[in-house]
Amino acid sequence: MYLFAEFDDAANLLAANPDATTISIDEPGEIPKNRHSRLQEPGREEDDELLGTDDSDKTELLAGQKKSAPFWTFEYYQTFFDVDTYQVLDRIKGSVFPVPGKNFVRLYIRSNPDLYGPFWICATLVFTIAVSGNLSNFFIHLGKPTYHYVPEFRKVSIAATTIYAYAWLVPLALWGFLMWRNSKVMNIVSYSFLEIVCVYGYSLFIYIPTAILWIIPQKVVRWVLVMFSLCLSGSVLVMTFWPAVRDDNRRIALATVGTIVLLHALLAVGCLAYFFDAPELDFPAPIIPAHNGTAVITKSQ
Amino acid sequence: MAAAEGSGAAGPLVLKNHQFAGLADVSISEDIPVEGEITVPVGSRSPDEDYSTLDEPVKDTIMRDLKAVGKKFVHVMYPKKSSALLRDWDLWGPLVLCVSLALMLQGGSADSKDDGGPQFAEVFVIIWFGAVVITINSKLLGGTISFFQSLCVLGYCVLPLTVAMLVCRLVLLAGSGTVSFIIRLIVVVAMFGWSTLASTAFLADSQPPNRKALVVYPIFLFYFVISWMILTFTPQ
Repeated sequence: MYLFAEFDDAANLLAANPDATTISIDEPGEIPKNRHSRLQEPGREEDDELLGTDDSDKTELLAGQKKSAPFWTFEYYQTFFDVDTYQVLDRIKGSVFPVPGKNFVRLYIRSNPDLYGPFWICATLVFTIAVSGNLSNFFIHLGKPTYHYVPEFRKVSIAATTIYAYAWLVPLALWGFLMWRNSKVMNIVSYSFLEIVCVYGYSLFIYIPTAILWIIPQKVVRWVLVMFSLCLSGSVLVMTFWPAVRDDNRRIALATVGTIVLLHALLAVGCLAYFFDAPELDFPAPIIPAHNGTAVITKSQ
Repeated sequence: MAAAEGSGAAGPLVLKNHQFAGLADVSISEDIPVEGEITVPVGSRSPDEDYSTLDEPVKDTIMRDLKAVGKKFVHVMYPKKSSALLRDWDLWGPLVLCVSLALMLQGGSADSKDDGGPQFAEVFVIIWFGAVVITINSKLLGGTISFFQSLCVLGYCVLPLTVAMLVCRLVLLAGSGTVSFIIRLIVVVAMFGWSTLASTAFLADSQPPNRKALVVYPIFLFYFVISWMILTFTPQ
């Protein structure tokens, strides 16, 4: 209210001197974050006013530019979590059911990349893989007299390192590579680092139900699942990144897209191989004395 | 003047409405001393009781904190919308629960150290780091709860799971067959549900309404991981 009192005085002054430059307060329709920052710094407004930028320019600038808080404030990071529940669910749906021809980033994220989805999808995936792997091993070796259940807790930290490294370092490398190519070949489509992280994070979602289904101890079933989920999430990635490289040299474009799919496949296959024991592999039995007295080591297949 | 005077003794100054009318005519001449006692009527203690808590016996200090912690435990077990857990947060309860849970999870079987259950440090880190991450997440999504209040609630709501761990250890003393596994499963699932519901009851109101699910899901994941650690505990 103190500020409004000041502006009332200014109105009186204006009546006295109609030619003075004026400062007008924001429209109520503006984003609240911007309004807070402007209310906190009325001095800045006056400086801009003296520099000659008029009000319509400023509102347009701020309308398109969201992340205006400096990076050491908490509000800056809040802009990365500016999503509602239905938006997150829509993005997850868009990553699981890719619409052919529609770009995931343009359709769902263009205005508003978020970090909530990538972070929590990766966390869920880490624990899902660890828990499913443990359960699957338990069921495979159930009934064998020599098997003793162990929780295998160390594998959680390994899973966490792998998945978070994939979800953050690969986008970093890809973003750097795309920036470098952008400086050589003018591309129409270019993505910011956060948008790439977003795409990668949401594309990992399909592996969560896949990991749960990997508990089924059949090799064929597991590999069919790998192929299926790889096709779905790989297609999301390919459809996102093909427009960004297609203006480039043909071979480089194909190599880039191929590498993206290859790394994605490596992640899936690596997780399957490391966390899930193969179904037909028996737990090696100890030495059992055969009926004729000699010790025989038996190991089936 | 008499109308405006205080009651004389150590009591609050009371002015009734009709006495204001007379004050306009009152002029105080300088040689009449004004005396009386004005005390602020906000429930303050008399000066005798107002010694600092440094002077009280140690037993009082400890009992006061213990009573506060115990009251919060009761609030967790019967989650109603009370503000005691939120307003007077403390981290003693979460510390005690975390340490006892981590201690009870020791002694898990392992052929090699790599394949066994979580170590003490791992349980500790998971609980505290997980609670911090969930708190930061809820604040980033626009929640209005303060950092330590949220930590306090999340820590206190580990109580049902600690009780479940205790029950599991007792059941495992009796035997470790299928029946004991089913009992343990039921107990852990029930306590997991209780924990999640209790913490949601305390924390959900401070979130923006269209993001409640986004805040509740990490809490669900957090207690699920702790429940998994409890359920898969196998003794030597």
